[in-house]
Amino acid sequence: MGRITLEGVRKSFASHLIIQGADLDIEDGSFVVFVGPSGCGKTTLLRLIAGLEDVSDGRILIDGANVVGVPPSKRGLSMVFQSYALYPHMSVRGNIAFGLKMAGLPKSEIDRKVEAAAATLNLTPYLDRKPRELSGGQRQRVAIGRAIVREPKAFLFDEPLSNLDAALRVQMRLEVTRLQRQLATTAVYVTHDQVEAMTMADRIVVLNAGRIEQYGSPLELYERPANVFVAGFIGSPRMNFIGNESAKRYGAATIGVRPEHIKASRDGEGWEGVVTDAEHLGSDTFLHVDIAGIGNLTARSIGEIGLSAGDRAHLLPDPAHIHRFDADGKALHA
Amino acid sequence: MATEQTRGLGRILIAPAVIALFVWMIVPLVMTIYFSTLDYNLLNPGSESFVGLENYFYFLTDPAFLASLQNTLVLVGSVLAITVVVGTLVALLLDQAVIGRSIVRLMVIAPFFVMPTVSALVWKNLLMHPVSGLFAWIATSLGLRPIDWFAEAPLLAIILIVAWQWLPFATLILLTALQSLDEEQKEAAEMDGARAFSTFFHITLQHLARPITVVILIETIFLQTVFAEIYVTTGGGPGLQTTNIAFLIYSQALIQFDVGTASAGGLVAVVLANIVAFFLVRIVGRNLEA
Repeated sequence: MGRITLEGVRKSFASHLIIQGADLDIEDGSFVVFVGPSGCGKTTLLRLIAGLEDVSDGRILIDGANVVGVPPSKRGLSMVFQSYALYPHMSVRGNIAFGLKMAGLPKSEIDRKVEAAAATLNLTPYLDRKPRELSGGQRQRVAIGRAIVREPKAFLFDEPLSNLDAALRVQMRLEVTRLQRQLATTAVYVTHDQVEAMTMADRIVVLNAGRIEQYGSPLELYERPANVFVAGFIGSPRMNFIGNESAKRYGAATIGVRPEHIKASRDGEGWEGVVTDAEHLGSDTFLHVDIAGIGNLTARSIGEIGLSAGDRAHLLPDPAHIHRFDADGKALHA
Repeated sequence: MATEQTRGLGRILIAPAVIALFVWMIVPLVMTIYFSTLDYNLLNPGSESFVGLENYFYFLTDPAFLASLQNTLVLVGSVLAITVVVGTLVALLLDQAVIGRSIVRLMVIAPFFVMPTVSALVWKNLLMHPVSGLFAWIATSLGLRPIDWFAEAPLLAIILIVAWQWLPFATLILLTALQSLDEEQKEAAEMDGARAFSTFFHITLQHLARPITVVILIETIFLQTVFAEIYVTTGGGPGLQTTNIAFLIYSQALIQFDVGTASAGGLVAVVLANIVAFFLVRIVGRNLEA
């Protein structure tokens, strides 16, 4: 079991409020990702759950029991750190076994569990190596092994893939998700990478300046962002925001259209403008079009449509995918 | 140093420095070896004669030699033990965030900057003096009999003075090492359920293994040559109780005026230092690899 509930959790360092009241319910077995720009408090929130920081106010419940004031080791959670934080003078076996050794388990049981964890993570050939003799991906796996061997109520991941190169990151992303599904253990995962958030999460928590902006499934966030911040943060390239007369026609202070919901053409309907930049990726084309009275908009087209910088283009937004926001940035739903 | 040419040029450019260093080392060594084979007494200048290895025989069979060898080992060993253990504890303390930490650090490091002669005099006259010393005052205040340090426990007194001087060095090296310990490692240990003592033993101490080795190696080199502290406090006495090899050589040369035997002693000391260094590197030097 591993249900984590946050009730009015606040955290301030000196007079600076880092987390301004977080309420969250993380269901048992779910994969929840905290995402947000740097400095938004996502790592702090994770460390509060871990017990590495004390909450200033509020309650944290794990399986219904308040764990505020309970030391980290007694919360039944395990954590994978950004730097991996492997113990450099211990072998892979020693690293994975350390938590069990501290818990005072008999040696035969420790050996059995370590072997099992190593087998799960394909680390068996490396058990007697030191961390410095391993590659980045292997170190990452040792850090995960150290977390799973204790059979915790939940895993906490603090940007675990940020030190890996792009190809390995994609691979580890899949491995971590697969492992989590296989173990069916609750996972809380912090990242600033929205692709990681979208691909790995069952539910995403979008944080901004110490506040939870929205909590929902990846597609919910994409299709029905609660406010301008979430709309702009989720999706790449960023959503276009238009905030003048054109927005008023839709009865909103601001409207937003995702680049993929704008149809670009050489001679068609819609706003007319000049292409300032065209990014040709082969599979997609990103057009940056300057439109008088509206500003610079980004449009995404599938494949190659033969428009390049300097050309005149017409942009037509898909009316079914126009997001409307009020003056405070909150989403308006029809 | 990629090509033949740059390599050759490098050798030519470095040659003067290497030659100068070599001459710097070899001239005194050869002269010492030469003197050690002479019957050379400062009281009878001009009457030197070649005596072969006789000086070595006298030096090594002198009962003072074994006594001073033992004193040297006790002194080096005790000071090492005190500075490493206490240095680790002080470094742990200074690594904590306390108010006025920078001032405290400066004060802890200060003894290292005091000349050995000066600090030995301060210890002798202001702290350990059986009548007017601070320790004597504390003892009498508590109704105890003051200890006459340099008469009752002369070697211990010297060990305390030298340890006090070298403690800052150990503390400083270990403190910088502690500060380079990854905070996340300690947090990982905390998540793994390690208590303070286990974290210290399994994480911190392992991390300190290499700097402790450095402290031991460097201190061993310098502690074998302790002299000023002995000279200004006990003068090697009472009897031979605080005479170490360095002081014995001094007394051969400038108290007994026997330069030949002193030179022989100097070479014996070089050999001994190398033996110690050999075993030391064997035992603790493993930590320096990789």
